[in-house]
Amino acid sequence: IFILFLVLKRLPDRVKIVEVGPRDGLQNEKTIVPAETKIRLIDMLSDSGLSVIEATSFVSPKWVPQMADQMEVMKGIRRKPGVSYPVLTPNLKGFQAAVEAGASEVAIFGAASELFSKKNINCSVEESLQRFEQVMVAAKAAGVPVRGYVSCVLGCPYEGKVAPAKVAKVAKRLYSMGCYEISLGDTIGVGTPGGMSEMLEAVSKVVPVGALAVHCHDTYGQALANILVALQMGVSVVDSSVGGLGGCPYAQGASGNVATEDVVYMLHGLGIQTGVDLPKLMDAGAFICHSLNRRTSSKVSQATHCKL
Amino acid sequence: MHLCEFTYAYSTNTNCFKKNNNIGQYLFVCHLVLPFLHHPKGTFTISEQFETQGQTFSVLIISRVSPGSTSERNHTSDSSVFLEVGLGSRSCFKQNDPLISFQSLGAHEYPEFVKIVEVGPRDGLQNEKEIVPTEVKVQLIDRLSDTGLSVIEATSFVSSKWVPQMADHTEVLQGIRKSPNVRYPVLTPNMHGFQNALAAGATEVAVFGSASETFSRKNINCSIDESMLRFEEVLNAAKDQQIPVRGYVSCALGCPHEGPIDPSKVTEVAKRLYEMGCYEVSLGDTVGVGTPGSMAAMLRSVTREVPCRALAVHCHDTYGQALANILTALQMGVCVVDSAVAGLGGCPYAQGSSGNVSTEDVLYMLHGMGIQTGVDLSKMIAVGDFICHSLNRKTNSRVAQARGSQL
Repeated sequence: IFILFLVLKRLPDRVKIVEVGPRDGLQNEKTIVPAETKIRLIDMLSDSGLSVIEATSFVSPKWVPQMADQMEVMKGIRRKPGVSYPVLTPNLKGFQAAVEAGASEVAIFGAASELFSKKNINCSVEESLQRFEQVMVAAKAAGVPVRGYVSCVLGCPYEGKVAPAKVAKVAKRLYSMGCYEISLGDTIGVGTPGGMSEMLEAVSKVVPVGALAVHCHDTYGQALANILVALQMGVSVVDSSVGGLGGCPYAQGASGNVATEDVVYMLHGLGIQTGVDLPKLMDAGAFICHSLNRRTSSKVSQATHCKL
Repeated sequence: MHLCEFTYAYSTNTNCFKKNNNIGQYLFVCHLVLPFLHHPKGTFTISEQFETQGQTFSVLIISRVSPGSTSERNHTSDSSVFLEVGLGSRSCFKQNDPLISFQSLGAHEYPEFVKIVEVGPRDGLQNEKEIVPTEVKVQLIDRLSDTGLSVIEATSFVSSKWVPQMADHTEVLQGIRKSPNVRYPVLTPNMHGFQNALAAGATEVAVFGSASETFSRKNINCSIDESMLRFEEVLNAAKDQQIPVRGYVSCALGCPHEGPIDPSKVTEVAKRLYEMGCYEVSLGDTVGVGTPGSMAAMLRSVTREVPCRALAVHCHDTYGQALANILTALQMGVCVVDSAVAGLGGCPYAQGSSGNVSTEDVLYMLHGMGIQTGVDLSKMIAVGDFICHSLNRKTNSRVAQARGSQL
């Protein structure tokens, strides 16, 4: 007699797309875009069926000039019922400004790499987590849900390889602090399917997979393959950016975020529902690329607009 | 990877599997089909589904019971059942393993080695607008020969009237340095092309069929059946000369004219090419419209008739789906992947969009997963730089873009 064990997982029926174009995307575009353009982009995205659109970031404009118009954008967008418009808040000050501007959901950003944390937000991972705890306390009191991000989950531009155990540790901390969802980011896009599944295996032991999201960068073209593996492991929330907005600050000229259009194309092809209307999404992508005077990074958009 | 063949015993009234008390805690999977399993060699029992962390998994336990044993007699019904795993990815079970340990969550078996078939010089250049001088083609192939590739599609013996880029086929084939560890197949659409190829020194050829009638007629001006007859001629002549022949099936996941293509049609053509004598059949997503679901469905169908080891996937990246589709194919046991350096070759059906998947990006993924290819990525990037510079165009490879721009 021989015995064989095999664990199978089926793909989710539904995947929630978290659209980060207006924040993560625009933040990494060189051209500063006026508030009206940002507002129009977000409004167009609201009409495409997305249920979560990251609107802006309450960081100091000194650090991120693109997000200087945070108040104006937050107050200017049309809030579609059923759609959530989270904003980034690196600390208590940012949180308070966000709430004042009308934010009803916020996000905090941790790192799985010490060096990256120091270079990116000027403090250690532990220090950042303590700052976030302050935000969590205030958010709980105000009844504001908080999403946690972990960056460098599949590699760090400074440290190189990142141990899955480290990612799990930070993810667990953010989750226990009260974040309703943890988005695991392959910040420089170096991950491949093997690394993705190894990392998810470690993290899903300490955070329920239903509370996990993946935020894949397409810098090395690996994003869709990595997302596929994540889906196979039970993840059903995917971050992406319309038009693939946002280059990579660590590899100039290279691409950054994965394009929402390409993700939606794959998901719909797999029979997975997203609620997103792809043509309307492509319209939003075309609009913002035109405003930025740049070509879309979405292959689906390129192919669709180039039909002979 | 070996394939075990078995059937399952299950109870038709409850549509669940009988629990084998000897096994203990691990439990089963409910439905679906592993289509390549046939020829029952024993009976297996499978048991219950369990939930963990709020996610339902299906855990399959197969215990093989020797035919004629007491346990076998206890099974209530004996219909054979097919099991499909998740997306249709299959797991290959090792025969004669006494005990196989628990596979971790989401783990898939991947091949240890993947053969890359480099089609840049032919499929790539063929779809580039600028006519490339012979010396550049020769240099490209010579540089590729030094990267560790074992197969480089060199050119195409089609009429220069149809494909002006390949007009210099004879000069190219005769001009390249033939590395001893590398093969240089050439396309031969018919006997005429085959004979010219032979005269020029070709030692391996390829024939191109289609899973779509409309595409066949528009692309090579004849029906699928007519094209198969032409190929049979080539195959017969090739057999006489001991020239191996590779078969291609285009539009495997969709046709620019017909739209979606039925997997059974792909299977029909692939099977025909294989039975004719092609040692390998490359399944091409010609317009890049496929997604992992359609790839899995197509491969499930084809692998019923053509062994996995004789299959290759030729994915286009027009909709950005290529790597995800290739990953799916690997999960299903395919271990030969076609790609083009720098992602050369746009899509003739969507001007301005990309075509072939970049060899560099495929290598990055495979190597990242610990899969060997024998190819040196850095050398490949350098070759990509060379040809893009010669063509005065930007690379389509994201890896090359990222590596080329490190701050």
